[in-house]
Amino acid sequence: MTAIKVEDLTKTFNGFTAVDRISFTVKTGELFGLLGPNGAGKTTTINMLSTLLKPTSGYAEVAGHNVAQERDAVRNSIGVVFQDTALDNRLTGRENLEFHSVMYGLTKEVRDQRIKEVMELVELGDKADILVEKYSGGMKRRLEIARGLIHKPKVLFLDEPTLGLDAQTRRHIWDYIKKLNKEEVSIILTTHYMEEADYLCERVAIMDHGKIVAMDTPQNLKNSLGGDIVSLEIENQDSSALETGLKGFEWLSGIDRHDGTLDLKVKNADKHIPEIFYVAEKRGIAVNSVHLRKPSLEDVFLRYTGKTIRETEATQADRHREMTIRGAHR
Amino acid sequence: MSMINFRAIYILWLREMKTFLRAKSRVVSTIVMPLFFLGFLGIGFTGLSLPGIPSDVSYLQYLVPGMIGMTMIFTSMFAGMSVLWDRQFGFLKEIMVTPVSRVSIVMGRITGGTTTSVIQGIAILLISLILGFRIGGVLPVLLSIVFMVLVSVAFIGFGLAIASKMKDPHGFGMIMNFIMFPLLFLSGALFPIDNLPLVVKAICYLDPLTYGVDGMRGLLLGVSSLPVALSFAILTGFCVLMVVLGAYLFEKSESV
Repeated sequence: MTAIKVEDLTKTFNGFTAVDRISFTVKTGELFGLLGPNGAGKTTTINMLSTLLKPTSGYAEVAGHNVAQERDAVRNSIGVVFQDTALDNRLTGRENLEFHSVMYGLTKEVRDQRIKEVMELVELGDKADILVEKYSGGMKRRLEIARGLIHKPKVLFLDEPTLGLDAQTRRHIWDYIKKLNKEEVSIILTTHYMEEADYLCERVAIMDHGKIVAMDTPQNLKNSLGGDIVSLEIENQDSSALETGLKGFEWLSGIDRHDGTLDLKVKNADKHIPEIFYVAEKRGIAVNSVHLRKPSLEDVFLRYTGKTIRETEATQADRHREMTIRGAHR
Repeated sequence: MSMINFRAIYILWLREMKTFLRAKSRVVSTIVMPLFFLGFLGIGFTGLSLPGIPSDVSYLQYLVPGMIGMTMIFTSMFAGMSVLWDRQFGFLKEIMVTPVSRVSIVMGRITGGTTTSVIQGIAILLISLILGFRIGGVLPVLLSIVFMVLVSVAFIGFGLAIASKMKDPHGFGMIMNFIMFPLLFLSGALFPIDNLPLVVKAICYLDPLTYGVDGMRGLLLGVSSLPVALSFAILTGFCVLMVVLGAYLFEKSESV
């Protein structure tokens, strides 16, 4: 079963292509991530999938319903946590959730039960009757996640769920998201935090300038770079014997030698370090220390776009500003 | 999926009620202005005789229905345009992503806004009784409330139509100066429009508030330029027109 199917989806605003013919599918129960810098088109994609924006061209279906033609059916099957807060500050947490539940047609009994459940899930049970304007940023976020779940959506959209939160709150929210995913809800999450996508997502699509430039599991994406880097400190010994000894292994994709250090590019290095040591010992090479470095999604982003995510954000911010000045923003 | 979702309309109405009761300063400031007008103009112009105002009706008496109309136009336009604040604070997205029909969303907004506006209109009427306003009986008051509802619904529709064409609340002050105040002055809320030049008078009759104020004056004072039933009919027509326009433009507008 597929939760989301997207084919050649495109959105243009006055000639500016925000989303450029993207295609992907999300399986039921999957936690799928859209990773990219600000302005890459992630939020526009979410807005199209959640029926808030009409696609310019292409096709998208959510929970089996066409987002352009069966808007009400799509709206019934999804929950959305928007990038910017979408709460009424003048209402209490519970009132915000009640509003939402009634809009989704839940009966009184179901409503009270679900509100209790979701408030406990996000540990806001004792804050339910306080006005939202008194909530902290992290509490608001948790309330919004709770709200997105009340009506038991089949697909949950989380647009930058931890943007602007401190490290501890972020970690909390990650835990909730992991917990939720166990409840058979398919989750599509956007983020520009590499470690967030890496930690949470089963599969990640990397977006840049409205296009998907790479898509796979975080592990495969990182593996596609040729594996982990194992640095062996061997001082002034002649390493050629070791190099010859290792060359036959298919998990080794490259060797770099510099200043008494041997850098090995190794797939799944954790598994192969013992073998490396075994070969080194057999060839009579003493290893003083070993250092294992995992490539991050940042390295993957660099590889596919030729820039780090930070650099990309800087140039896109300029472009965005320019667009706004020209008044062509919308 | 039915077009009209009564439970959704109810919860949208309830939200308006709760936020209305919690925003005391806003309520006070919208009521205070018409009261200042009533107090200073009504008392300052005591004994003023204007053509169009019968000699046995004091200016204060004449002014009260106008000030109720003023309260109606300001609170209702504000209620209709509150969609702008919802958009600014992101709550509009939360509303628009729900499977509730857009017609129900508009109706929820209209019922909520009308209720709060009429409450404020009645408050003005009650306070004016303290200032010396005299009414003939209960029936004229009840019928006046019907007029308040019609004026309110019409201007919420109008506010919604304007808000749907705007992106953020920054232009609100301009709307107030260039639309709301002219509509107020053209309605005859402060002086009889019969004395105005013909061209201006013609414009006055395009202003829905004219019929609201004139109708209420007819009911509460027995003084009106047009028959009350005619004002009622025309105002109802404006109501339908504005609501359809507002709902249509709201439906068309993007919520993000």
